Amino acid sequence: MATVNPTLIATVVVGSGGASSINFTSIPQTYTDLKLVASIRTTRTGSTQDAVALSINSGSTSEILLQADGSSASSNTQSGYFGYVDTSSNTANNFGNFEIYFPNYTNTATYKSFSVDGVEENNAAQSYVMLTSGLYSSTSAITSITINGSGGNYVQYSTAYLYGIKNS
Amino acid sequence: MADVIEVNCETGEVTTRPQTAEEIAAAEAAAAQAAADKAAADAAEKAKADAKAAAIAKLTALGLTADEVAALTA
Repeated sequence: MATVNPTLIATVVVGSGGASSINFTSIPQTYTDLKLVASIRTTRTGSTQDAVALSINSGSTSEILLQADGSSASSNTQSGYFGYVDTSSNTANNFGNFEIYFPNYTNTATYKSFSVDGVEENNAAQSYVMLTSGLYSSTSAITSITINGSGGNYVQYSTAYLYGIKNS
Repeated sequence: MADVIEVNCETGEVTTRPQTAEEIAAAEAAAAQAAADKAAADAAEKAKADAKAAAIAKLTALGLTADEVAALTA
């Protein structure tokens, strides 16, 4: 039977109670790569951006983020978060979205790199595009992935989908 | 704080649980660092804009026209 790429592994749709984080555990080791696709808005107030923290196997990650808003761009090295999503200070019902790609996540010979592309926009004047390179400095296969709201909870209808991709 | 949503990808089981102290500390650390990074980036951006404005003012004071300044700073 032909491989279906990508294959949906798991889905989370946040309910009315919100969520402080979304944690994918016991990730099958039967794919070549993983892709996490999410649409997130948080309850944070006082800022139109909320950082999304990423944890792999309950361990920390490091990132280099490039962020641009149409008139300027900035880049910085950081640890533990890869970009930003919309908050309660943004236009109602606007969500930030991003995709994270984890190649060779079962490889136990190398550290695990990942890439992120995302957008955080306000359906008004504010709009950011983000590109991030990341590293999980461990040779362990990735078995769990957690995304945390750092400044607030994820609101209802935030979603996260984990896909598996096979090269054979 | 709302609960953690946990999905077991092998079984498909979805559970919710309170955050652990370690998870709360990690989230707070990420928030603090993100705020510091944002403040530093904003300060750097403002310093760059201020320096550009000062340079334009000096060029104008030297007698350059607006078009000449624009040609130099574009």
